[in-house]
Amino acid sequence: MRLASKDLLGIEQLSVEEINLILDTAAAFKEISTREVKKAPTLRGKTVITLFYEPSTRTRTSFEIAAKRLSADTINISASTSSVVKGETLIDTAKNLEAMNPDIVVIRHSASGAPHLLARLVRHSIINAGDGAHEHPTQALLDMFTIREKRGRIAGLQIAIVGDIAHSRVARSNIHGLTKMGAKVTVAGPPMMMPRGIDKLGVGVSHSINEAIKGADIIMMLRVQFERQKEQIFPSIREYATYFGLNRENVKLAKKDVIVMHPGPVNRGVEIAPDVADGPYSVILDQVTNGVAVRMALLYLLAGGKYETSPQGREDH
Amino acid sequence: MRLLLRGGRIIDPSQQLDDQMDLLIEGKAIAGLGKDLTRAGGESDLTILELEGKLVVPGLIDMHTHLREPGFEYKETVRTGSLAAAAGGFTSIACMPNTDPVNDNRSVTEFILRKAKECGVVNVYPVAALSKSSEGAVITEFADLRDAGAVAFSDDGKSVMNSGLVRRALEYAHTLGMPVISHCEDMDLAAGGAANEGAVATRLGLRGIPNIAEDLMVGRDIGIAEYTGTAIHIAHVSTAGAVRLIREAKKRDVKVTAEAAPHHFTLTDEALQDYDTNAKVNPPLRTLADVNAVREGLKDGTLDAIASDHAPHSTLEKDVEFDYAANGMIGLETSLALSLRLVEEGVLTLNQLVARMSTNPARILKIPRGTLQVGADADVTVIDPNEGWTVDARTFQSRSKNTPFNGWRLRGRALVTIVGGDIKYRAR
Repeated sequence: MRLASKDLLGIEQLSVEEINLILDTAAAFKEISTREVKKAPTLRGKTVITLFYEPSTRTRTSFEIAAKRLSADTINISASTSSVVKGETLIDTAKNLEAMNPDIVVIRHSASGAPHLLARLVRHSIINAGDGAHEHPTQALLDMFTIREKRGRIAGLQIAIVGDIAHSRVARSNIHGLTKMGAKVTVAGPPMMMPRGIDKLGVGVSHSINEAIKGADIIMMLRVQFERQKEQIFPSIREYATYFGLNRENVKLAKKDVIVMHPGPVNRGVEIAPDVADGPYSVILDQVTNGVAVRMALLYLLAGGKYETSPQGREDH
Repeated sequence: MRLLLRGGRIIDPSQQLDDQMDLLIEGKAIAGLGKDLTRAGGESDLTILELEGKLVVPGLIDMHTHLREPGFEYKETVRTGSLAAAAGGFTSIACMPNTDPVNDNRSVTEFILRKAKECGVVNVYPVAALSKSSEGAVITEFADLRDAGAVAFSDDGKSVMNSGLVRRALEYAHTLGMPVISHCEDMDLAAGGAANEGAVATRLGLRGIPNIAEDLMVGRDIGIAEYTGTAIHIAHVSTAGAVRLIREAKKRDVKVTAEAAPHHFTLTDEALQDYDTNAKVNPPLRTLADVNAVREGLKDGTLDAIASDHAPHSTLEKDVEFDYAANGMIGLETSLALSLRLVEEGVLTLNQLVARMSTNPARILKIPRGTLQVGADADVTVIDPNEGWTVDARTFQSRSKNTPFNGWRLRGRALVTIVGGDIKYRAR
């Protein structure tokens, strides 16, 4: 089985089978990162460019490590150092990169739909590493991978996503993915952070964190993206932490074996109390580890996907 | 020079006419209207158009266009916009003042009129800015602009947030007998928005412009017009709430008129699905409930006019990230066919369609057009209601190609456009 599209633009377009393919492939790749020599020749001779119009440490590093562990050549371009500052349009930048024959361009951009614009214009694969408030598909895939790894399944789980849903691409991608995989998802946050019509995506909506996390199998806390808000829409960080933060007390409302997740970077003491972020429920660092495996799987499926089998010949999935 | 339009179906709401008749044009004016006009004057020096099965209507008027000149000639000029108008069946167009410089003084108004006269295609009526530089602070010289040839005042493209300024403008314009056209958008509620607020924008991760951003300002403008006893024209109505407010105001005899654009009665925000910047427009494409309300408003007369809000943009403004793309789409060459769909779907009668696209815009702008009465300027549009065609912006007269209707199969098209007795456009 192969992915239907040359690009990964969002989770919305993926089928359940495709999501399972990616997660299964990632499971096979995870082992490479535990080896003494963390390198496989799978993508030797392939070129992966990361084109980031927004600052990122985790996602960009994760993609680069994933590419390098598969022996691809990687080039990183960030908005601050590229021709972007000279006023070149996104399309011109993309066309110029295309002229150098890369295999995959990983793009992050503050404008929703920017990766879609490129995908229509270039021959090579585009991976969306986050576009505006739209999607961040690899984050959702690594989240689903982590949930599946910890719980053995996604279907039937009760999952609360808490925070600034309106500005969160992580929320949208996870909503698409988790509902497709059969989870019961509730989003929670103050009304000014809740986008109109979010219920149409098949989720429950709450304005109380306690209500949302009650009996939850998984709690996904979102970063409160104050840097994405053009004006201050919430009274204070203090009020947010008190009424919408996850702490040692309210986490008890969830299932005893609840898993607490966060896409990072964590605002300690704002959306999540330090002792919860570092506590026994937290899988935040597992998410980061799994991110590399998931991105290796994607790079493989998109660039090396001409092989009909996954790396270990596991065609039974 | 005499021109006889023979055997067409003449529809003229200004005279309650709908009949198969002949129309005779002599020089610049309409000289006769009746059965078998041929015998009346003999056939010497007479050009005859055989129009059986075609519609012959008062020249269509698009009261809301952007011609981009001066300042943005790479998008459109008075000439290319006029050619697009004629090809779309329009004999008169009003052009909005958001040029560079803004049409906020006599010299810009005169410049536009001179350009229009030079190219001599359709009647061009400049709408002057309501406030200096359209900055919403000080009103422009209404009387001088009127004398220069402006037909209305508007800060279209920007909403006038200062209610005191709107009041002064309405009261002053009223004493001059001049219409004011209002772009209704609460800028605080709409701030940063790129699409209609709702499920589609949420799914696409786009910042929303809520319906109430429009509704509140329509309500405010109606309130000011009602309180001061003045008239107001609401541009490009896109929401169910605005339609309801205007309907109720008309019942109270408030002097409010309103227009709707074809894209607002044809498309919903689902058209943004693939981040198509050609579907990015302000007010934004709304939901099906709004589309249906706009159609209902056109049907019951709450909305007086159909106006395209023809807004040309080049690839510089459109081939970019959705958030950064300019608002607007061209409309002059698709407006008639999209409006004819309303007739096909039983929303409007042909008579109502002509009223919305000719009679009423003339009445609102107070220009002596929109009629086929004997003696009137011979502005006539001949429509082939049955011609099927496929939208291909590359073939359009407009300098810009930004339309989301590319590839659409439409029915009905202007066959001949006659302005002041001269044939300015004839379909090949």
